[in-house]
Amino acid sequence: MYVSASQEATPTLAAALTRRGFLQAGLAAGGALVVGFQLPLAQSAQPEKPGFAPNAFIRIDVHGKVTLIMPQVEMGQGIYTAIAMILAEELDADFSQVALEAAPPNDKLYGNPIFGIQVTGNSNSVRSFWLPLRKAAAGARAVLVQAAAQQWKVEPDGIRTENGQAIYDADARRIDYGALVDRARELTPPKDPQLKDVKDFKLIGNPLKRMDTPDKVNGKTVYGIDVMPPGVKFATLAACPVFGGTVERVDDAKARALPGVRQVIVLKDFVAVVGDHMWAAKQGLAALNITWNEGSNSAISSDDVWKKLRAASDKEGAVANSVGDAAKALTQGDKLEAAYEMPFLAHATMEPMNCTVHVTPTSCEVWVGSQVLSRVQATAARVTGLPLDKVTTHNLLIGGGFGRRLEVDMVDSAVQIAQQVDGPVKVVWTREEDIQHDLYRPVYRDALSATVANGRIVAWKHRITGSSVIARWLPPAFQKGIDIDAIDSAADIPYDIPNLRVEYVRAEPPAVPTGFWRGVGPNNNVFAIESFMDELAKKSNKDPVNFRRDMLDKSPRLKAALELAAVKAGWGNPLPARTGRGIALQVAFGSFIATVAEAEVDASGEVRVHRLVSAVDTGIVVNPDTVVAQLQGGLIFGLTAALYGKITIAKGRVQQSNFNDYRMLRINETPQIEVHLIKSGEAPGGIGETGATAAPPALGNAIFAATGIRLRRLPIDRDVLSGKKPS
Amino acid sequence: MVSLQINGEVRTVDAPPDMPLLWVLRDILGLTGTKFGCGIAQCGACTVHVNGAPVRSCLLPIGSVGDRAVTTIEGIGASAVGARVQKAWLDLEVVQCGYCQSGQIMSATALLNSTAHPEDSDIDAAMAGNICRCGTYVRIRAAIKHAAQT
Ligand code: FES
Ligand code: FES
Repeated sequence: MYVSASQEATPTLAAALTRRGFLQAGLAAGGALVVGFQLPLAQSAQPEKPGFAPNAFIRIDVHGKVTLIMPQVEMGQGIYTAIAMILAEELDADFSQVALEAAPPNDKLYGNPIFGIQVTGNSNSVRSFWLPLRKAAAGARAVLVQAAAQQWKVEPDGIRTENGQAIYDADARRIDYGALVDRARELTPPKDPQLKDVKDFKLIGNPLKRMDTPDKVNGKTVYGIDVMPPGVKFATLAACPVFGGTVERVDDAKARALPGVRQVIVLKDFVAVVGDHMWAAKQGLAALNITWNEGSNSAISSDDVWKKLRAASDKEGAVANSVGDAAKALTQGDKLEAAYEMPFLAHATMEPMNCTVHVTPTSCEVWVGSQVLSRVQATAARVTGLPLDKVTTHNLLIGGGFGRRLEVDMVDSAVQIAQQVDGPVKVVWTREEDIQHDLYRPVYRDALSATVANGRIVAWKHRITGSSVIARWLPPAFQKGIDIDAIDSAADIPYDIPNLRVEYVRAEPPAVPTGFWRGVGPNNNVFAIESFMDELAKKSNKDPVNFRRDMLDKSPRLKAALELAAVKAGWGNPLPARTGRGIALQVAFGSFIATVAEAEVDASGEVRVHRLVSAVDTGIVVNPDTVVAQLQGGLIFGLTAALYGKITIAKGRVQQSNFNDYRMLRINETPQIEVHLIKSGEAPGGIGETGATAAPPALGNAIFAATGIRLRRLPIDRDVLSGKKPS
Repeated sequence: MVSLQINGEVRTVDAPPDMPLLWVLRDILGLTGTKFGCGIAQCGACTVHVNGAPVRSCLLPIGSVGDRAVTTIEGIGASAVGARVQKAWLDLEVVQCGYCQSGQIMSATALLNSTAHPEDSDIDAAMAGNICRCGTYVRIRAAIKHAAQT
């Protein structure tokens, strides 16, 4: 074992986290390789016959079968395929023969280099694993070459590798990797193996078919919600509808009388019904008469949340960045002030929360799809009191993460239920429970002020106020009052501004738990910044594209994206009445993106998005079709938020409950989407989150262009657009 | 006891007649390809065919199915159109997390069975009941047209 993710990691968590450009992964797509794919149901097991396992990511058996162990989890972003491509590229493996396996919980071996623990999130899988995986694979390849040199008694320099074979061109000898395994096992990989030159990549940069897809079109893929350990029972649960409330008493007589209902389990803050199937459990839960102790939050409303947030936003914050003298420069020139506000949002992953657990006096087995596997194991150990090594976890494919599965609350409650059940129990949340007991994208308020002179920004002040998810989720990373996620893409605004001040005020909402949500901090910041940029362009009487371009001299990659998006979108071409184009730029997750939205607003205030065009420089691309897919999907995710996304609170509880009142964009509302990739030799950027960030500001600016109405709050308010309400 | 015809086989289950087909498929018969998304006919994840018509199985009591033929994602590839839709989904790399895709494929297959060459408006009407949280709609539309041409 000579290299592992953790050894490659930057030394401290906080240092790593402040390293600019958190991340992203996403990549996959379009050739025609048939790839052996093992369902990641089993934990990484050692092969029966001794093979060659030079590091935590690669195993080669005597038959030449290459197993690649996936440190990151697949939730639709295509990361399994991307990681396999990276490893197979440097290993020169035969890509048609590789098999994939999910990593077991082990922060040391599989920790995300940026976080130090096993995390799939923040669009950083490719960014953070790019070098460690390449080195791991190149080291393994170097050892195989050395083994071949020994066997053939020739110099290793004359040996090259291709498609799972070592080749000695001098006499055309070839040998399969499998035949080198015994010798290779005795050798030590070099510390600093030679990496391939980018121009020699054979897999990376080509659109390859995703390895996880075939079983997703025939119903065979096993998600967490699909596991069926022998004898499994089914449970569903209800937590107190008021945040923080507890169970007072439960009358379960009616529920117990229902056919198929096995058990009613009453715990401190939730009640579960166990049955022979989900239907019995659901019916049983509905038949319970539960009296809740609603606790101290039962009067909280959205109004309270906003009042508190606005009051907090009046205070000075911790300084995230300061350039020149913003205070002074804000007193000179033409000044504009505006505040933007973002609502709570639920994740609404298509696969509702679920977790299957089997607890015995001496063991605990957990089946779940999680973005944080080692935390799953630790949670089960904590709840049961068992040592870590008695907790077995199975990480399944994930039916949508978006940050929701960075949390382990669904594991905690399922283990508590399983402690009272004889045999395995699958706990599945109803959609209502899933929407009403999420950890929500925080409400944010962004107060901006700026002065302009001669068509340029002279001074800029941005105060971000909102919950710190980081402070709860990764406390060591919250330092000096700064949440590095909440200020991401704001403290390091790409425009050339001589006097700048960016502040952060931590303000936790009453009662409502907050969590990471696809696009994270940049969602809020880019919406506020790019809306405000449009307002400043107007104040300066400049075209929004020109206004931005003139301040991008220090960011050539973003400038190039802006220019490409403007051309592709036909910026400046005439449009029908009540239709407008809006642009939004972002540097986030290591990617440089410009997006143009074209939207129409009718007299009733209804918005129809016709077209979205994005130009993307995300550095070296592993699997180009995946990048395009992630952008397409992310843009739709962002449109959903801009057009409909809103969680509101009354009497301490969430008012929305299912897709009827927490709406998703549907196919009939989906615009034409074009994604243009810009070729780049820079280090890979992240992509999974970026579309979610891009769509709302581009749409808001298009709506302004169409109507002259500036919406400073999301989601869009159709009553304002129709004139029923003042803007 | 209720008898059902599922993917060409007769399956007899010990379940109450008001139990929705979704849970019988998943929890009793182990046919987990059909997904639970909302339980209120809002998302389409649970779509199956009953005598060829797309139906939300989360609200369909098994007692009302009778001897009509039920087809699920596990069985749809046996029909020429179903297999073509699955292939189009792979050719155009539609899938992301995949959780909604069983339902999408069932709805798309039913559409192509009734309308061999759908217009955009036909696709909108047939597919608007299927939510994809990953946002694969652009490719779903393209894949339906691709399947219609092959
Ligand atoms: S689960 Fe049936 S439509 Fe959503
Ligand atoms: S592919 Fe994930 S919900 Fe559709």
